Amino acid sequence: MEQHQHNEKCQEVFALLSDYLNLELPPEACQDIEAHIAGCPPCIEFADSLRKTIDLCRQYQPAELPAPLGQEAKAQLMEAYRRMLSSQTNSKLG
Amino acid sequence: MERENEVELARQLIAGEPEAFDRFVDYFRARIFHYSWLMCGHREDAEEVAQETLMKVFESADQLREPEKVKPWVFRIAKNACLTKRRKSIYAPPRELSLDEFLPARHQDGDQVRLEIADWSSLPDGKALQSEMKRLLEKAIRELPETYRSVVLLRDMEELSTQETSQILDVSEDVVKTRLHRARLAIRKRLDEYLRGNATEVGEARHGTAPAQ
Repeated sequence: MEQHQHNEKCQEVFALLSDYLNLELPPEACQDIEAHIAGCPPCIEFADSLRKTIDLCRQYQPAELPAPLGQEAKAQLMEAYRRMLSSQTNSKLG
Repeated sequence: MERENEVELARQLIAGEPEAFDRFVDYFRARIFHYSWLMCGHREDAEEVAQETLMKVFESADQLREPEKVKPWVFRIAKNACLTKRRKSIYAPPRELSLDEFLPARHQDGDQVRLEIADWSSLPDGKALQSEMKRLLEKAIRELPETYRSVVLLRDMEELSTQETSQILDVSEDVVKTRLHRARLAIRKRLDEYLRGNATEVGEARHGTAPAQ
Protein backbone atom coordinates (compact mmCIF):
# COMPACT_ATOMS: atom_id res chain seq x y z
CA MET A 1 0.00 0.00 0.00
CA GLU A 2 2.80 2.37 0.95
CA GLN A 3 4.66 1.59 -2.29
CA HIS A 4 1.46 2.20 -4.22
CA GLN A 5 1.05 5.63 -2.64
CA HIS A 6 4.68 6.41 -3.35
CA ASN A 7 4.22 5.51 -7.03
CA GLU A 8 1.13 7.68 -7.25
CA LYS A 9 3.15 10.58 -5.87
CA CYS A 10 5.82 9.93 -8.52
CA GLN A 11 3.14 10.30 -11.21
CA GLU A 12 1.88 13.50 -9.62
CA VAL A 13 5.41 14.92 -9.60
CA PHE A 14 5.91 13.76 -13.20
CA ALA A 15 2.83 15.76 -14.26
CA LEU A 16 3.99 18.93 -12.48
CA LEU A 17 7.72 18.92 -13.20
CA SER A 18 7.80 21.69 -15.80
CA ASP A 19 5.71 24.00 -13.61
CA TYR A 20 8.05 23.16 -10.74
CA LEU A 21 11.23 23.81 -12.78
CA ASN A 22 9.69 27.04 -14.14
CA LEU A 23 8.98 28.19 -10.57
CA GLU A 24 5.33 28.47 -11.50
CA LEU A 25 3.88 26.48 -8.60
CA PRO A 26 2.54 27.85 -5.33
CA PRO A 27 5.02 27.47 -2.42
CA GLU A 28 3.09 24.60 -0.75
CA ALA A 29 3.08 22.55 -3.95
CA CYS A 30 6.85 23.19 -4.37
CA GLN A 31 7.55 22.00 -0.83
CA ASP A 32 5.39 18.96 -1.41
CA ILE A 33 7.36 18.03 -4.54
CA GLU A 34 10.71 18.70 -2.89
CA ALA A 35 9.78 16.51 0.07
CA HIS A 36 8.94 13.63 -2.26
CA ILE A 37 11.93 14.07 -4.60
CA ALA A 38 14.39 14.17 -1.70
CA GLY A 39 13.54 10.55 -0.91
CA CYS A 40 12.96 9.27 -4.44
CA PRO A 41 16.05 8.57 -6.60
CA PRO A 42 14.00 7.76 -9.76
CA CYS A 43 12.27 11.15 -9.53
CA ILE A 44 15.62 12.90 -8.99
CA GLU A 45 17.01 11.14 -12.05
CA PHE A 46 14.01 11.98 -14.20
CA ALA A 47 13.86 15.61 -13.05
CA ASP A 48 17.56 15.96 -13.87
CA SER A 49 17.06 14.63 -17.40
CA LEU A 50 14.16 17.05 -17.96
CA ARG A 51 16.18 19.97 -16.60
CA LYS A 52 19.02 19.09 -18.98
CA THR A 53 16.57 18.88 -21.88
CA ILE A 54 15.36 22.41 -21.06
CA ASP A 55 18.97 23.64 -20.82
CA LEU A 56 19.72 22.15 -24.24
CA CYS A 57 16.71 23.95 -25.73
CA ARG A 58 17.80 27.25 -24.17
CA GLN A 59 21.39 26.88 -25.34
CA TYR A 60 20.43 25.83 -28.83
CA GLN A 61 21.63 28.07 -31.62
CA PRO A 62 20.18 27.39 -35.05
CA ALA A 63 22.40 25.83 -37.68
CA GLU A 64 20.55 27.74 -40.37
CA LEU A 65 20.88 31.48 -40.76
CA PRO A 66 18.94 33.70 -43.13
CA ALA A 67 20.66 34.84 -46.32
CA PRO A 68 22.14 38.36 -46.00
CA LEU A 69 19.50 41.07 -46.23
CA GLY A 70 19.27 42.38 -49.80
CA GLN A 71 19.62 46.09 -50.54
CA GLU A 72 16.03 46.49 -51.67
CA ALA A 73 14.61 44.70 -48.62
CA LYS A 74 16.79 46.80 -46.33
CA ALA A 75 15.72 50.02 -48.05
CA GLN A 76 12.04 49.08 -47.55
CA LEU A 77 12.62 48.47 -43.85
CA MET A 78 14.59 51.68 -43.46
CA GLU A 79 11.81 53.65 -45.16
CA ALA A 80 9.16 52.11 -42.85
CA TYR A 81 11.36 52.84 -39.83
CA ARG A 82 11.80 56.51 -40.87
CA ARG A 83 8.02 56.86 -41.24
CA MET A 84 7.62 55.31 -37.78
CA LEU A 85 10.06 57.78 -36.22
CA SER A 86 8.46 60.77 -37.93
CA SER A 87 4.94 59.70 -36.89
CA GLN A 88 6.17 59.40 -33.31
CA THR A 89 7.67 62.91 -33.49
CA ASN A 90 4.46 64.28 -35.01
CA SER A 91 2.28 62.67 -32.34
CA LYS A 92 4.54 64.07 -29.60
CA LEU A 93 4.36 67.55 -31.15
CA GLY A 94 0.61 67.24 -31.72
CA MET B 1 21.01 38.19 -26.01
CA GLU B 2 19.49 38.52 -22.54
CA ARG B 3 15.96 39.84 -22.30
CA GLU B 4 17.11 43.08 -20.66
CA ASN B 5 19.45 43.74 -23.60
CA GLU B 6 16.61 43.06 -26.04
CA VAL B 7 14.48 45.60 -24.18
CA GLU B 8 17.33 48.11 -24.26
CA LEU B 9 17.77 47.55 -28.00
CA ALA B 10 14.03 48.16 -28.50
CA ARG B 11 14.28 51.34 -26.43
CA GLN B 12 17.16 52.60 -28.59
CA LEU B 13 15.22 51.77 -31.74
CA ILE B 14 12.15 53.68 -30.56
CA ALA B 15 14.35 56.61 -29.53
CA GLY B 16 15.90 56.64 -33.03
CA GLU B 17 19.44 56.22 -31.71
CA PRO B 18 22.20 55.79 -34.33
CA GLU B 19 22.90 52.17 -35.32
CA ALA B 20 19.88 50.89 -33.39
CA PHE B 21 18.06 50.16 -36.66
CA ASP B 22 20.86 47.96 -38.04
CA ARG B 23 21.33 46.11 -34.75
CA PHE B 24 17.60 45.59 -34.27
CA VAL B 25 17.09 44.32 -37.82
CA ASP B 26 20.14 42.02 -37.71
CA TYR B 27 19.20 40.52 -34.38
CA PHE B 28 15.45 40.13 -34.74
CA ARG B 29 15.63 39.06 -38.38
CA ALA B 30 17.76 36.07 -37.33
CA ARG B 31 15.42 35.25 -34.40
CA ILE B 32 12.26 35.47 -36.51
CA PHE B 33 13.91 33.41 -39.25
CA HIS B 34 14.83 30.72 -36.74
CA TYR B 35 11.28 30.53 -35.34
CA SER B 36 9.68 30.57 -38.79
CA TRP B 37 12.09 28.06 -40.23
CA LEU B 38 11.18 25.54 -37.54
CA MET B 39 7.48 26.42 -37.84
CA CYS B 40 7.09 26.61 -41.65
CA GLY B 41 9.91 24.31 -42.66
CA HIS B 42 10.96 26.25 -45.74
CA ARG B 43 13.89 28.60 -45.99
CA GLU B 44 12.26 31.04 -48.44
CA ASP B 45 9.08 31.16 -46.38
CA ALA B 46 11.08 31.87 -43.24
CA GLU B 47 12.99 34.69 -44.95
CA GLU B 48 9.75 36.20 -46.23
CA VAL B 49 8.14 35.93 -42.80
CA ALA B 50 11.13 37.75 -41.30
CA GLN B 51 10.83 40.60 -43.82
CA GLU B 52 7.03 40.89 -43.54
CA THR B 53 7.23 40.83 -39.76
CA LEU B 54 9.82 43.60 -39.54
CA MET B 55 7.84 45.73 -42.00
CA LYS B 56 4.71 45.33 -39.85
CA VAL B 57 6.66 46.09 -36.69
CA PHE B 58 7.84 49.42 -38.11
CA GLU B 59 4.41 50.16 -39.54
CA SER B 60 2.69 49.73 -36.18
CA ALA B 61 4.34 52.55 -34.32
CA ASP B 62 1.51 52.64 -31.78
CA GLN B 63 2.58 49.26 -30.45
CA LEU B 64 6.14 50.42 -30.11
CA ARG B 65 5.84 52.78 -27.19
CA GLU B 66 6.77 50.24 -24.55
CA PRO B 67 10.15 48.58 -25.15
CA GLU B 68 9.25 45.59 -22.90
CA LYS B 69 6.41 44.68 -25.23
CA VAL B 70 8.41 44.82 -28.46
CA LYS B 71 9.63 41.20 -28.45
CA PRO B 72 6.19 39.64 -27.77
CA TRP B 73 4.75 41.96 -30.42
CA VAL B 74 7.38 40.86 -32.94
CA PHE B 75 6.57 37.19 -32.32
CA ARG B 76 2.84 37.71 -32.47
CA ILE B 77 3.23 39.16 -35.95
CA ALA B 78 5.65 36.38 -36.91
CA LYS B 79 3.23 33.70 -35.68
CA ASN B 80 0.43 35.12 -37.81
CA ALA B 81 2.72 35.48 -40.82
CA CYS B 82 3.71 31.81 -40.46
CA LEU B 83 0.05 30.77 -40.42
CA THR B 84 -0.75 32.57 -43.65
CA LYS B 85 2.48 31.37 -45.24
CA ARG B 86 2.07 27.77 -44.30
CA ARG B 87 2.22 25.35 -47.14
CA LYS B 88 1.33 21.73 -46.74
CA SER B 89 3.26 20.85 -43.64
CA ILE B 90 6.06 18.38 -44.12
CA TYR B 91 6.11 17.83 -40.40
CA ALA B 92 4.11 15.99 -37.81
CA PRO B 93 0.35 15.84 -38.25
CA PRO B 94 -1.77 17.65 -35.64
CA ARG B 95 -2.54 15.52 -32.61
CA GLU B 96 -2.72 15.74 -28.84
CA LEU B 97 0.22 14.45 -26.84
CA SER B 98 -0.73 12.66 -23.64
CA LEU B 99 1.37 12.44 -20.49
CA ASP B 100 1.18 8.65 -20.48
CA GLU B 101 3.25 8.45 -23.66
CA PHE B 102 6.21 9.89 -21.81
CA LEU B 103 6.07 8.16 -18.46
CA PRO B 104 9.26 6.07 -18.36
CA ALA B 105 8.95 2.38 -17.62
CA ARG B 106 9.91 1.34 -14.08
CA HIS B 107 11.22 -1.94 -12.83
CA GLN B 108 12.03 -3.39 -9.47
CA ASP B 109 15.72 -4.07 -8.90
CA GLY B 110 15.98 -5.82 -5.53
CA ASP B 111 14.26 -3.39 -3.19
CA GLN B 112 14.99 -0.43 -5.46
CA VAL B 113 12.74 0.98 -8.18
CA ARG B 114 14.65 1.95 -11.30
CA LEU B 115 13.55 3.89 -14.34
CA GLU B 116 14.36 2.69 -17.79
CA ILE B 117 16.10 5.85 -18.85
CA ALA B 118 19.56 6.76 -20.09
CA ASP B 119 22.42 7.92 -17.91
CA TRP B 120 22.16 11.70 -18.32
CA SER B 121 24.86 12.45 -15.77
CA SER B 122 27.63 12.51 -18.39
CA LEU B 123 25.74 14.92 -20.63
CA PRO B 124 27.47 18.29 -20.73
CA ASP B 125 25.33 20.98 -19.15
CA GLY B 126 23.94 22.66 -22.20
CA LYS B 127 26.88 24.78 -23.26
CA ALA B 128 28.82 22.32 -25.41
CA LEU B 129 26.00 21.20 -27.62
CA GLN B 130 27.63 18.60 -29.81
CA SER B 131 26.55 18.66 -33.42
CA GLU B 132 24.88 15.26 -33.12
CA MET B 133 22.80 16.36 -30.14
CA LYS B 134 21.97 19.58 -31.92
CA ARG B 135 20.78 17.73 -35.00
CA LEU B 136 18.72 15.43 -32.84
CA LEU B 137 17.20 18.27 -30.84
CA GLU B 138 16.19 20.00 -34.05
CA LYS B 139 14.63 16.80 -35.33
CA ALA B 140 12.77 16.26 -32.05
CA ILE B 141 11.35 19.79 -32.27
CA ARG B 142 10.24 19.30 -35.87
CA GLU B 143 8.48 16.08 -34.97
CA LEU B 144 6.27 17.88 -32.46
CA PRO B 145 2.74 18.70 -33.55
CA GLU B 146 2.63 22.37 -34.51
CA THR B 147 0.68 23.58 -31.45
CA TYR B 148 3.32 22.11 -29.14
CA ARG B 149 6.25 23.20 -31.30
CA SER B 150 5.21 26.86 -31.23
CA VAL B 151 5.00 26.81 -27.42
CA VAL B 152 8.42 25.27 -26.87
CA LEU B 153 10.01 27.66 -29.40
CA LEU B 154 8.51 30.71 -27.71
CA ARG B 155 8.99 29.58 -24.10
CA ASP B 156 12.32 27.74 -24.16
CA MET B 157 14.11 29.07 -27.24
CA GLU B 158 12.91 32.68 -27.12
CA GLU B 159 12.46 32.63 -23.35
CA LEU B 160 9.18 34.54 -23.48
CA SER B 161 7.00 34.27 -20.37
CA THR B 162 3.93 32.06 -20.00
CA GLN B 163 1.71 35.15 -20.13
CA GLU B 164 3.42 36.56 -23.23
CA THR B 165 3.24 33.20 -24.97
CA SER B 166 -0.46 32.85 -24.16
CA GLN B 167 -1.12 36.28 -25.67
CA ILE B 168 0.93 35.52 -28.78
CA LEU B 169 -0.84 32.20 -29.39
CA ASP B 170 -4.33 33.25 -28.20
CA VAL B 171 -4.62 30.40 -25.72
CA SER B 172 -4.89 30.38 -21.92
CA GLU B 173 -1.82 30.29 -19.68
CA ASP B 174 -2.85 26.82 -18.51
CA VAL B 175 -2.83 25.58 -22.09
CA VAL B 176 0.65 27.05 -22.56
CA LYS B 177 1.87 25.24 -19.43
CA THR B 178 0.33 21.93 -20.44
CA ARG B 179 1.68 22.05 -23.97
CA LEU B 180 5.12 23.16 -22.83
CA HIS B 181 5.43 20.26 -20.41
CA ARG B 182 4.35 17.70 -22.99
CA ALA B 183 6.61 19.19 -25.65
CA ARG B 184 9.59 19.03 -23.28
CA LEU B 185 8.74 15.44 -22.33
CA ALA B 186 8.56 14.47 -26.00
CA ILE B 187 11.96 16.05 -26.69
CA ARG B 188 13.41 14.46 -23.55
CA LYS B 189 12.18 11.06 -24.65
CA ARG B 190 13.74 11.43 -28.09
CA LEU B 191 17.10 12.47 -26.60
CA ASP B 192 16.86 9.66 -24.06
CA GLU B 193 16.40 7.09 -26.82
CA TYR B 194 19.50 8.45 -28.52
CA LEU B 195 21.55 8.39 -25.33
CA ARG B 196 20.52 4.80 -24.72
CA GLY B 197 21.78 4.01 -28.18
CA ASN B 198 18.50 2.72 -29.52
CA ALA B 199 17.22 5.75 -31.36
CA THR B 200 14.82 4.63 -34.02
CA GLU B 201 14.47 6.34 -37.32
CA VAL B 202 10.69 6.56 -36.95
CA GLY B 203 10.98 10.31 -37.21
CA GLU B 204 12.82 10.08 -40.50
CA ALA B 205 10.11 7.86 -41.92
CA ARG B 206 7.38 10.19 -40.71
CA HIS B 207 9.26 13.23 -41.93
CA GLY B 208 8.43 12.84 -45.60
CA THR B 209 5.09 11.08 -45.41
CA ALA B 210 2.95 13.17 -43.07
CA PRO B 211 -0.53 13.72 -44.47
CA ALA B 212 -1.33 17.21 -45.66
CA GLN B 213 -2.90 19.48 -43.05
